Parts: sequence; C-alpha cells; structure tokens
Amino acid sequence: MHFDPFVIPFNIGLYFILIYTVVRCITWFRDLSRPDKLRLQRGFFGRAFGQSLKEIFMESLLHRRILKTNLRLGYMHMSLAFGWFLLILFGTIEADIFSQSHLNAPYKAIFFKFFNPTHGQTEFERAYSFMMDFILAFILSGLLLAVLKRFSSRVVGMKKTTRLKLTDKIALTSLWMIFPSRLLAESFTSGVYGTGSFLTGTLGSWLNTFLPSDHLAYVFWWLYSISLGTFFILLPLTRYMHIPIELFLIFMRNSGIKTGDKTGTFSEVQTYSCSSCGICIDKCQLSSSAGINSVQSSYLMKAIRNDDDVFNIAHNCLMCGRCDQSCPVGIELMPIRMIQRREGEGNGDMRTIWRGYFRERQNPALVRVPEEPSFGYLPEKKFRQADVLYFAGCMTHLTPLIKNAMVKIFTAAKENFYFVDEDGGVCCGRPLMLAGQDREARELINYNSEIIWKSGAHTLVTSCPICYKIFKESYHIGAEVLHHTQYIKRLIDDGSLRLNYSHRKVVYHNPCELGRGSGVYNEPLDVLSFVAELQNTQFDGPNSLCCGGSLGNIKIDTVSRNKIAADVTAELTACNPDVLATACPLCKRTLANATDCQVADIAEIVAGEISLIQRKKSRISVLNIRELAEIS
Amino acid sequence: MDKFGFTISKGRQINYDQNDRRIYNYIIENEPSFRNCIACGGCSGSCSAGNFTRFSLRELNILINRGENDLPRTNLKKCMLCGKCTLICPRGVNTRNVVFLAKQAFKRFDSYAF
Amino acid sequence: MGKHVVVIGAGVAGMEAAGRLSRNGLEVTLLEKESVAGGHINDWFRLFPDRRDSNEVREYLINLSSDPKIQLKTGASVDKLTRHGSSYLLTTDAGENINADAVVVATGFSLFRSSRKEEYGYGIYENVISSADLEKLFISGEIVISSGKAPQRIGIVHCVGSRDEKVGNLYCSKLCCVTAVKQAIEIKEHLPDSEVFCFYMDMRMGGALYEELYREAQEKWGVNFIRGKVSEASETIDGKIVVKVEDTLAGRPLKMDIDMLVLMAGMEMSEGGSKLAATSGLKTGENRFFASADHHFGSNISNLEGVFFAGTCIAPMNVTETISHARAAVTEVMEYFSNNNR
Repeated sequence: MHFDPFVIPFNIGLYFILIYTVVRCITWFRDLSRPDKLRLQRGFFGRAFGQSLKEIFMESLLHRRILKTNLRLGYMHMSLAFGWFLLILFGTIEADIFSQSHLNAPYKAIFFKFFNPTHGQTEFERAYSFMMDFILAFILSGLLLAVLKRFSSRVVGMKKTTRLKLTDKIALTSLWMIFPSRLLAESFTSGVYGTGSFLTGTLGSWLNTFLPSDHLAYVFWWLYSISLGTFFILLPLTRYMHIPIELFLIFMRNSGIKTGDKTGTFSEVQTYSCSSCGICIDKCQLSSSAGINSVQSSYLMKAIRNDDDVFNIAHNCLMCGRCDQSCPVGIELMPIRMIQRREGEGNGDMRTIWRGYFRERQNPALVRVPEEPSFGYLPEKKFRQADVLYFAGCMTHLTPLIKNAMVKIFTAAKENFYFVDEDGGVCCGRPLMLAGQDREARELINYNSEIIWKSGAHTLVTSCPICYKIFKESYHIGAEVLHHTQYIKRLIDDGSLRLNYSHRKVVYHNPCELGRGSGVYNEPLDVLSFVAELQNTQFDGPNSLCCGGSLGNIKIDTVSRNKIAADVTAELTACNPDVLATACPLCKRTLANATDCQVADIAEIVAGEISLIQRKKSRISVLNIRELAEIS
Repeated sequence: MDKFGFTISKGRQINYDQNDRRIYNYIIENEPSFRNCIACGGCSGSCSAGNFTRFSLRELNILINRGENDLPRTNLKKCMLCGKCTLICPRGVNTRNVVFLAKQAFKRFDSYAF
Repeated sequence: MGKHVVVIGAGVAGMEAAGRLSRNGLEVTLLEKESVAGGHINDWFRLFPDRRDSNEVREYLINLSSDPKIQLKTGASVDKLTRHGSSYLLTTDAGENINADAVVVATGFSLFRSSRKEEYGYGIYENVISSADLEKLFISGEIVISSGKAPQRIGIVHCVGSRDEKVGNLYCSKLCCVTAVKQAIEIKEHLPDSEVFCFYMDMRMGGALYEELYREAQEKWGVNFIRGKVSEASETIDGKIVVKVEDTLAGRPLKMDIDMLVLMAGMEMSEGGSKLAATSGLKTGENRFFASADHHFGSNISNLEGVFFAGTCIAPMNVTETISHARAAVTEVMEYFSNNNR
C-alpha cells in the first residue's frame, strides 16, 4: 500500500508550514541591515555554524538551561522536543530500511505502522519497534506533565503558568492529541497483526480482546493525521512557532547580531522564539510580591506577536533584569521591552487571522517632528578643573548621609575632587531613557557631558547606579566612570584610604542597575568584607532582588512597591544582620521604609570606619584616559 | 457698569463649566493617585527642573484639575522625570506617571502636536 | 469590692486613670517602663494653648496617684497579657506575674524618630533638632546652636512623620501645628531679635484657643508662616541649614539659610504598645494605634473583655483630651465590674 486518503491533512499541514517558515525566514533575512546580512552569512558558513548546531541540540532539543533551572519543567520540554525529534529521525530511518523503496515521502515515516502493519516479526525489527515504543513512552510521559501543568503549575515546580488565547488552546489541544492518537492508532494496528512492542503491542493485544481494532485503527490514523495537520496550520498563530524559529534565532545570535534600539528582524525573531515556558514569570517580583500577573516578559512577547497595544505592559516593569538573566532561550527581553517603550502607544489596529500569518511591521514615526529642545532653560554650564568629579545624582540629595560620607572619603583620601551637583544638578538622563524618551535624554546627556569634559577630570565617581549605568553606556566623556563602591575599592587597594574593621554583621543588597544592569558584583562585596563581617545570602550575585523602588516602572503604585520592599527586607534580614547594606540611594530609601533593621550605603559604612591615621597621598599619576587615547 | 470704573474681565475667571477636563479625567482614570494631591509643594520644592525654570508640578496638577491646560501643555516637557518628587510626595501620588500620562493625554486629545 | 486593676503606663492617662480608680475603691497596680512616672509630660516645658508650666500638671497627677491603694512599679514593662477565666495574668519583663480583674492600657505614644526622614538631616546636621529637643533647650533656659551662639533665624517644619505616606503614617498627629505655634512664640520670648518661619502644609488649629494662639503668634510675635512642605535640607560649610521648599502661595521655589531647623515630630503608636498588641491579641488599626471597639460609643473598649484603653494609645490627643479619656476609661471599668457582679 502506498497511499491512503487519511494522510492528506498531514500533508497539507506539513507542506504549508515548511513553505511558510522558509518564506518567513527569507523575508526576515531581506529585512536585515547590510552589516547584519553579512554577519549572518559569515556565521552560517563559518565557525559559528558548529557552535549553532551544538546550541540547537543542547537548547532546542535537550533544553539544558531549563533543566538547570527547573528539572521537572526541563524534562517536560525535553521529552516533547527531543522525543519528537527522535521519533521523526528514527521513523524516517525505519521507513528507509524496512520499506520497499528509499527516499520516501514524509508521511511514509510518520504513518509507518499503517503502511507496514506486519512489521515487527524478525528479531531486529522487534528491537527497533521496542526503541520506537520507548521513544513514544518518553514523549507521553512529558505530555502527561504538560497536561497536569495546565491544571496545576505546581506539578512542574512553578508558581505560575502562562495564560492562553483561543488559537493557542486549539493548537494546544491538537498538540496533546497527536501522541495519544498515534499510540492508539499503532496499538490497534498492532493488535490486529500481533506486532508492536511493550507499549503498542501490549496495549493493542489487550484492546483487541474486546474492541473492533481493525475499524478503530483507521479512525485513529485519521485522528493522528488531522491533529498533526491542524497543529501545523495553526502554528504561525501560536507560541509553538518558536519550534522552527528558535533555530533561526540561534544562527542569528551566534553570528553576532544584536537587538538594537528599534523593531527589526532580530527583535521579531526573538519574540517568535519565546516558548512561553514561564520561567520569567516565576522570576518576576511583580508576580511573587505584588500579585501583578499580566505584564511579564512572556506576556509581552505574546502581546507583540498578537499586535496588541503593549504600551502599558511595556511600562509596567521594574527593569530589574531578573527575567532577562534567566530566559532559557536567551531572548534579550530588556532591550525588546525598551524598544516597545520607545515606540510609544500603538494605534490599536484591528487584528485579523490574516494579519496573524502575515504580520505587517508597525513602523511608528521614530523620526519625530523636529521639536524645540525640552531643556532649553538650563543655565550656562558651570565647571571646574579637578582630577576627580563627584556626581552624587538626584536621589542622593535625598540621602544626605551618602553624599556626606563620600565627601568625607574624598577628603580622607586627599583627592582633588569637584562635587558637580552639590547645589542640585541636572538629571543624568537615564530616567527619561527608561521612559522611552531618548531624544529628551540625549539633551541632558549633552549638557552634562560638556561639564564633565571641560573639567578635564580623569575619573567620574557617582553614588547612584542609575546614573552610573548611563554614564558608562551613553556618555562619551573621556573620563573613567566609577561607581563609588569601585572607587572606594581602589582607594583601599592603593592604600589611599585606611579603614578600621567594624565587627558588625552586614548583609548586602545588590542594586539592579549596578549588578545585573552594569555587571558590578565584586567590588561592593570586597569593600564590605574589608570593613565588616559580611554575611552571604543566596541573593548576592546575579540572582539579587529588586528593592521595588525602581525608576524603571512608572506604572505601579506605592502599595505594590511596599509589598516588594517588605518581602525583600524579610529575605535579606532573615539572618539578623546588624546592617543591611546597599549601594544605591533609591534602594536605601525604599528598603529603609520597609524594615526596622538599619539600612546603610556602603559609603556610609566605610566613612564610619575611616582610620585617623591616613597615609600621605602617594602621587602615582593615574593615566588619564584621554592621554592614553592620544598615545595610541 | 462702566461708570463704576471696573468690569469683570471675561478672561480672568476659571471657566469651570467650559474648560476642557478630558486631560484631567484621562490622568485620574489611569493613575487614580493623582486625585490625592493636596498641593503641599513637596514635589516642586525638590524639583531638579524647578531650580532653573518655571516648572511646578503642584501648579500643573491644579491647572489640569481645573481644565486650564494652556500652561501645562507647553510646560510639561520641562520635566526630567528624575523621580525625586515621587520619593517626596506625602500623598503617594505617582508623580512620574502623572507627567507621563499628561504628555500622552495632550498628544491624544489635542489636534495639534504637543 | 476588692477588685484589682492593672494600669499599663504611668503617663498622663495612666496616672489619671489610676487615681480615679483608687478613688472608686479599687486596688490599682500602676506599671511604668521608665524609672519615673509622668511619661512625656516630664519632657515638656510649657503646655499649649495657655502655656501653663507642665510641672503644674505633673504635680496634679502625682498628687492624684499618690494613694495607698495604688502600687506604682517603675522599670516594669509588660511582656505578656493572657486571660485566665474572668481575670488576666500579666507577666513583666522581670518575670513577675500580676493578676488583674481588669486592665487599663495607657501605653501612650512615641514621638516619630525624625532620623527616618533622612532628607531633613536629623542626626546628620548638628543644627537640625526635633520639637522634643527644643523643649529641652527651653527647660535649660538657653537656646544655642552648635557654634554656641544664639540662632538668628529659626525654621520650623510641620508634619514630620505625620500625614506622610512615605513613612506609613497617613494620619494627622493634630498637635504638631499648635506645638509649632507655641514653640515659635517661646523662641521669640527667649530671643526677641530672632526670625521664626513655620513651614506648613495646612494649619490645623482645631482645639480650644488654638486659633487664638496662632493669631497671637502673628500679631504679637511676628512669626512668619510659609505654606509649603519642606522637601530637603542641606548644610553649608559654616553650619547653616539650607531648606528647599516651594512657597506654594507665591508659586515659586524658595531657598533659605537657617541657623536652626526644628522638626515637628508626629505621634506614633508606642513601642511598648506595639509589643503588647503583638503578644496579647489586642487589635490595632491601620495607623498601628490600638483599635477601639466603636469610634463613637466605645472608644475606651478593646476587643478583649475587661481590657480598656486610656489616652494616646488609640490616637493622638492633647493633655485635656487624654485626661478626659482616662476618666471615661474608669467609668467603663466600674460599669464592667458592676455588670459582672450582677
């Protein structure tokens, strides 16, 4: 037998999705910028190729990263992806070896049992059937977890699972039906012919004792084919599109393509690569502390795919980066969210099924009408020559202990410093940037840059991690930018600052913008362990928590912020420290209002331990970065 | 009337019945805490922009509340969104979102660009 | 009757209640965590609105509560309050057990720790003091700043720790405004050449004769009132305090150098009261003060039968109100006993 009408739904679905994916990838490729096209070509035909294949195997099939975060959830993803892959692979080989002809149509492999019902008589065939049954059982075990997860996310060790839309539900149902219908179809056929291994054979011969297997087999082969066909056709409308698209993503990423600051191929490919695994939701403190469960990255990706107005979702985020850090697919969630913030409100177009398949990219007017400058009122720039500039930051003016401590430290280290914003300066621009208002932010950046540049300083020290991040990333000022924790660490290391040791127990809260945001993890801990008895917590490194006060979120109310802060302080003070240390004026204020434990900035703790005997400032000339640039 | 030496100039009064309150309504719908303002001036006392120019969130709040939108329309863009006011506000008004929404509301309701 | 009542806290409310209970023939144990009775009244110089010497009130209270039926135990705070049948067992921090047929909770208030408002610089800048610190200066008779000189210009900040969502106190402490006016007048009495500025959000002069005092401060003493919540304070090199505030009525930000800044600290549930609430099951409200059974008819009545509230442990009150409230608590205790004997 070579053909049967029941394979038609499968065939339609399969060829549709193959052609669709190829067309989609071609259009995406065409949309890439020229340099990115070259990157991708080089990546595809170069060394990155092997790397990509390895990653596809490890991540798309085995789901190594999910396994590392959550064993049960990882197993679920792995059994479905890797199991299905094996089933197709060995099914094709099976069809190739055991059927009369070679290079068969795909349906021959998928419905092998139907076309070769007597297969499984020789020893080798039996062994092969055993393996195929084993793979099927592997997939079914994962499927069982997936079904249970729908009803209770705790089954796979998660607090929350993602919510679904209608097409997702239909696709999910068809996905769920694929493997059970295959199991039953194969079992009934095996029952009639007395073939099949431990799973299909046993089930088939048992069912055959009381059911008309012959007729039922045909019904289930139809069902199996329809399930596959439906699933494939709906695929572009659902999150399962990540299955083919993730492969494309991996190639792009390994070729060195970055998200950039506006919607483009790479950001779209990433949005489609989200499998809605929900790990980002579990990591999100808005969910765990404040009960906000509609704004997490997974929902944002879905809303972008659906062409929803994502404006409010995009802005309701602490920008703490915990999800970005933990995304098993490696989607650059923060840059994508920033793109949505920049693009402003959507125009709320009607969605159609057609648009779901052929999504038009909305190109909001990124080039805005030339406007008058927003900050034309800013006064003449005042500057003063100095070696080191201190930019306390707006928030630090509300925590005078921090700025006083810094002044004390500069003085003790006999530094020639200038306090730029002593009388209240101009904002660094990061808050505007976080609100998606880049043009306005740029004005402030230019204003401050000139002050810094003209002062001729070789180092710029700031107390605020929010300022630090933007100074580091978006200012071109020819001075080295240091957060005060880094600066203090240097003073200690080169002997400019002598400190006493306090025997107080200290726990460190790592500010998001400093840790995950800028990668500064070690210096604060080094400084703290130098002056006090530092106690480690599970939140020291990249897993640090957000205090809840973040400027990244413009939407949440104080009640939600307080809930987050209360949970964070409870976690961090569980070991009863004397001081809860942090390195950010905003974190300090937020945490201090949520706990009875003393909250202090590292600068304050250091300033309190300054030894009365200070060495004379050794005049080792620090290489000016600008001089360095001139030399090279 | 003229012989009394004064007239009530039409333009001086806040014409509450005719003023456009859509901006205010849009803001309180999306940020209810805007209602809680008691005009204490804590926001504007600490304001980074208010140091240099006429910019007072308290003033803008009151004007928007009364539907006097002319000053807020041109003045809002002076805000640097630095967030000091949010940290000070004793009534828990989410001031940054108020500015953000007000800008959005003007874009939405004004026929001409903001 | 031979009934025994324990009064927790020997401040104005506790002493008043104890005195009145003993006059009604009851045995009273009066517990005080400090080494002397009196509570906050010991810290005040003069009382508003008539600026009577606080010693007069203290003496009245001491006389009232010096009765052989009243046993005063100082240095004793209550660790546990548990019900045993129709009576209560109180355990003090010293481990002493006391039985009571009824309990009057008069744990009072604590002043808001001004250092929690870091932007005002209390505990950071030497010339930023609290209203309680200023009372001490009045008692000492010498108002000087860190340089040893008399301040020329004094700023008074209202609503420090009250009506402030940021510190979790939504309520108005209602006495800081009049305290500010009273202190402004007293500063002018001590230092006639000085200038005094009050920075307020609203002037809440609701008590008897308060408004008159406000008027007197303007009319007779030339105290200045500026409507605006102080946003932040910083220190100059020569030790002056710079306040940043919006003069909301002028509609412009105002910057002013000040020699001495006085923070009108609000009233909060006392630490002892919070501890008692946590261990006894007494209910507290959202403002963390004890919650009365009924706002109108049962302000002395708690959720535990036989436990009554007196004074500022339920809300901010002035001395007059506190005394009245303590007397009302005594009435409730007497009624409780007579009902239970029936």
